[in-house]
Amino acid sequence: MKVLSVGEDALLVEVSSDDEAQALHAELLRRRAEGSLSAREIVPAARTVLLDGLDSPAGLAAELTAAKLPSAPQRARAVVEIPVRYDGPDLGDVATHWGVPKSEVARIHATTEFRVAFCGFAPGFGYLTGLPPRWDVPRRATPRTAVPAGSVALAGPYTGVYPRSSPGGWQLIGTTDIVLWDHARVPAALLAPGTRVRFVPEAGS
Amino acid sequence: MTDRALAVVRAGALTTVQDAGRPGHAHLGVPRSGALDRPAADLVNRLVGNPPGTAVLETTLNGCAVRPRSTVTVAVAGAPCRVTVDGRPAAWGAPVRVPAGSLLDIGPAESGVRAYVGFAGGIAVEPVLGSRSTDLLSGLGPPPLADGTVLPLGRPVGVHARVDVVPQPAPPAELVLRVTLGPRDGWFTPQAVRTFVSSAFRVSSASNRIGLRTEGPALERARPGELPSEGMVLGAVQVPPDGRPVVFLADHPTTGGYPVIAVVRTADLSAAAQAVPGTPVRFVSVRRR
Repeated sequence: MKVLSVGEDALLVEVSSDDEAQALHAELLRRRAEGSLSAREIVPAARTVLLDGLDSPAGLAAELTAAKLPSAPQRARAVVEIPVRYDGPDLGDVATHWGVPKSEVARIHATTEFRVAFCGFAPGFGYLTGLPPRWDVPRRATPRTAVPAGSVALAGPYTGVYPRSSPGGWQLIGTTDIVLWDHARVPAALLAPGTRVRFVPEAGS
Repeated sequence: MTDRALAVVRAGALTTVQDAGRPGHAHLGVPRSGALDRPAADLVNRLVGNPPGTAVLETTLNGCAVRPRSTVTVAVAGAPCRVTVDGRPAAWGAPVRVPAGSLLDIGPAESGVRAYVGFAGGIAVEPVLGSRSTDLLSGLGPPPLADGTVLPLGRPVGVHARVDVVPQPAPPAELVLRVTLGPRDGWFTPQAVRTFVSSAFRVSSASNRIGLRTEGPALERARPGELPSEGMVLGAVQVPPDGRPVVFLADHPTTGGYPVIAVVRTADLSAAAQAVPGTPVRFVSVRRR
């Protein structure tokens, strides 16, 4: 683990893989829950976890540099099921890129167990990992100015679902009616870092 | 009964509701938001007897005008500006009693960018994730004010401050931002890092609540490409591919892939919020405390 100082009261902890970032994130959440870590924000990302609003960043940096990375935590949480219709406008492009029929894209995607690696881009937008590296896809050469809310999309190693209409460059493979973000709901976000996710094809799709 | 609300008569270029924001949700992709010039927002709340972090109005460059439906104590601070009640001059930086139905007009900023308007009891729109702040990046909180918008006011809880005028630092002729280098200064050439902490930049007119954009020498990267997305902090100085540093302000994205060359001290960000386009900017490297 490499620990970088960020401003006055934050640390960026860098690891070498997505799995390590998720394990480190779970460990830091555990420490905060038990009271041995005080941090305003714990923000996981692709290869890092950001700790912001720390009381004594220097002391924690020394401790984390010497610490051993925990092994991946037990995946005890329930699985969030997202009903999906594999009807996205880029399904054909993804099938071509993967070298499989469109129906096979749907089958592969729907039989994969995903995990929310981190959130960002918009409230409730999760970057889901789980597809093997051979199914990575590039972003679209020209981003769309408006991607509809509920679009299920792929980019790089990630799957994501657009919580609301926004510009976007991801490959759209399907649609869901589930509400990803509702600030009047508790919790507002359906997907938080660490959440396990499965996509369930709707009957008839 | 009294109708504790105010009607917006002139919304101004961009007037938003702001409080202390919604920190603690960055892991869900929710920006912190909140008043950009926190000392000014705290001041107007103190002047009208509100607890710190009560929701106020934040104006941009040309002020706004509102008509309270019941008599209310208000205070204006931040960018210096002309304040009138039904056309008569009223105090800036001090409690002002505005009778029910009168027109409170906050004029254009004489210097600086953002004026703050506090009302006894505060703006009482429905909070979202514990905050009433408008977040212009993600659209959380109330929309920016429009002519005709009616905003509810809360019940006053305190006694307004017994001061006449509070001195405030004038908006700077030159914006000096203290920075600590990193976490990604290694992504830039040594010459670019020297340029960053020694050259004159200017505030770009493309600046907003998300970031203070700068114009000046482009900072050359030592390595190409993007980082895997990583968490971003308030005050992060992100350098996009055009090489011009952007200082992240309250509505900044929670993650990003452009390298952060340095982070501005939080205490200096209120001055950044008041720097008009064209203001010279210098980044001064300081040691971590």
